[in-house]
Amino acid sequence: MAESMHRFPGYDVLAKRDTPSWNPQTRRVIEERLALPPQAHGFFTEAEWRTLNAVCARILPQPPDRADPVPIAALLDQQMQQNRGDGFRQADMPPLREAWRRGLAAIEAEARLRHGAAFHALAAAQQDALLHSIQQGEVRAAEWQGLPVAHFFKARLLHDIVDAYYAHPTAWNEIGFGGPASPRGYVRMGFDRRDPWEAVERKP
Amino acid sequence: MSASDNHSGASPGGPDRPAGEDPLVTPRARQGRAPDVFRPGAWLPMREYPEDEPVDFAIIGTGAGGSTLACRLAEHGFGVVALEAGPFWRPLEDFASDELEQSKLYWLDERITDGEDPIEMGRNNSGRSVGGSMVHFAMVSLRFRPEWFSARSSLGYGVDWPIPWQEMWRYYAEVEEALKIAGPVRYPWGPPRGRYPYRAHEVNAAGLVLARGCEALGIPWAPVPLATVSAPRGQSPPCVYRGFCIIGCSTNAKQSPLVTWIPRAIRAGAEIRDLAMAGRVELGPRGRVSGVHYHREGRWRFQRARNVVVAGYAVETPRLLLNSACPAFPDGLANRSGLVGKNLMVHSGHGVFGRVEEEVRWYKGPPSLALTEHWNYTDTGKDFDGGYVPMSQGPLPVEWANVLTARGIWGEDLRQRMTDYIHGAGAKIVGEVMPQERNRVTLDAEQDRFGLPVARVTFSYCDNDRRLIRHALRFQRQLLEGAGVTGLFDVEDTAHLMGTCRMGTDPVRSVTDADGRCWDIPNLWVCDGSLFPTSGAVNPSLTIQALACRAADRIRTLARRGEL
Repeated sequence: MAESMHRFPGYDVLAKRDTPSWNPQTRRVIEERLALPPQAHGFFTEAEWRTLNAVCARILPQPPDRADPVPIAALLDQQMQQNRGDGFRQADMPPLREAWRRGLAAIEAEARLRHGAAFHALAAAQQDALLHSIQQGEVRAAEWQGLPVAHFFKARLLHDIVDAYYAHPTAWNEIGFGGPASPRGYVRMGFDRRDPWEAVERKP
Repeated sequence: MSASDNHSGASPGGPDRPAGEDPLVTPRARQGRAPDVFRPGAWLPMREYPEDEPVDFAIIGTGAGGSTLACRLAEHGFGVVALEAGPFWRPLEDFASDELEQSKLYWLDERITDGEDPIEMGRNNSGRSVGGSMVHFAMVSLRFRPEWFSARSSLGYGVDWPIPWQEMWRYYAEVEEALKIAGPVRYPWGPPRGRYPYRAHEVNAAGLVLARGCEALGIPWAPVPLATVSAPRGQSPPCVYRGFCIIGCSTNAKQSPLVTWIPRAIRAGAEIRDLAMAGRVELGPRGRVSGVHYHREGRWRFQRARNVVVAGYAVETPRLLLNSACPAFPDGLANRSGLVGKNLMVHSGHGVFGRVEEEVRWYKGPPSLALTEHWNYTDTGKDFDGGYVPMSQGPLPVEWANVLTARGIWGEDLRQRMTDYIHGAGAKIVGEVMPQERNRVTLDAEQDRFGLPVARVTFSYCDNDRRLIRHALRFQRQLLEGAGVTGLFDVEDTAHLMGTCRMGTDPVRSVTDADGRCWDIPNLWVCDGSLFPTSGAVNPSLTIQALACRAADRIRTLARRGEL
């Protein structure tokens, strides 16, 4: 889906930045997020970084005409540096950082085993097929040893990528979410009721 | 893991807040003052108690149980020190409208989960703040069905509570008044009751979908009684329907303990110590506990106390008691019954979602504004014991995306479906789950940043639970079909934690008596959701607070009789 086909044309939550919908602490938090350089990574190695970027591009493919894609990989690197987990993990799952390092290495090994090439060098369809296999737990590379494959895919890989993407204002624009709303909240609550500061949906 | 390893870069104020002012690093409640949550930068004077003289009550945890008890005991004239592992937030200054940032409200130190149906912890059911998980709770404030207090003798399942419902009713009224619950003039279920202190909130479109479904089926629905004010109350403004309730209220409309019981407790002479992590309760002479070892400002300390109350919720409470094992109690403090940590319960949170033609924009208003307690009060047409209550939903984007990915959806498909966000509608239940001894909290070999063993949380549904879930999913499909919702799909979830230190009338079958007093140690108490013998099928916070109000009154009575 091209950005030009947007369901909420012209809607930008950032346009509300200086309105009563954003309090100072929200401005500070979102500014920090927007200031993150897309190539910034201090946790992932160069090899991991290439694999990660390719994985993110398949889990959440962004429109080719999007001027500033959500820097998903950089947001994940930041999460790793902060070691910001979920507050729990299943008994057979390694801790956050270890799970990601081992998972990326295993994805890379799986790509080389199947295609004799790096994951990032595969065609999109091959990458998708490989990710689907991992989702089903159907893998062959020895590097998966000790990692609950399907659970890693769902609870770590998918979960962290999706958390990063939908925490970004660009994603909020795409889905017509009102975005930050404090101190001003909303007034019109019923069916088909829209406050003037909410997104207008393009009707077919 | 070292202390700096966790949250190292996650300073809530960002880089421009000086380290000395980071509430996750430096305690705020000290030197005779605590934050005034209603006025930016302002303070309340706070009494301080010395560590080396026994305080009447040292309370561990300041959530629904601990904060309420701290307040009521202080108001009864007892000396109180309440220890809280988390920070003391100033919502007006610290809370952003942002899911990622607000994860700072959750208990994010590791827990290990296992069993056939491992529970999601973290944002799902934990809190670490002054005010506990109620700082980010959905504000749903329901009373138990009266018969649930005698589940075994009245309904034939589970166990009876040691407290009659009539007594609980008085304390429910006290809590509803203290939090100025906003609810409907006439609530369709349960014994006749007085009106709610504040008028009900307007029901948003997401709630009207559920209402429409109930009306199509010919069963009653109601606006949800909520702990957020619908009109000004003191320094709390009316709710502005910003919809970020479950990541913390930045306007103080929400009547969480942080803006209700805690300021009252401080005014009544209680001391709150934030960033104070309890590690072990010490058994002293004559079979009584003598105080609490806790970590604050970089070192381990000891608070002497005449009574210790553990109020850390259903994981941290048994974890602390188990970790306080000593020669007299080799299997954990106050654990002669062997039941500390056992009978862990959740609520099933299974739901059904879909799409409606109208714009719903379910991010507006409190997440659950309409419900039906039909299956809590109807005993026929069921192939299971217990009850459940479907409620309307309003997930924020990250939460909603996780609902879709849990179905295995990703890629272009996920992005496409997410663009339907403002047309989403659905319902999820709070469903009763049976107590089972195999569901439990134990200590793992792994250690946290304080060197304490982390909790291992084991959970599996039983057959009755699964039958209830099937019934609830089928019913919610009917409900939503009747409301014109299309493209329905089921979701699995849980909410809340209960059990693990159940109260009762028999020291062999329970950990505490009806007052939360441990059978094995007369000056050790429990005051939180761990006490629940059964889970009921409503959100637990109102019942936890009612138990705490009752416990405070009982303690006053016992003290007057010289029986403490």
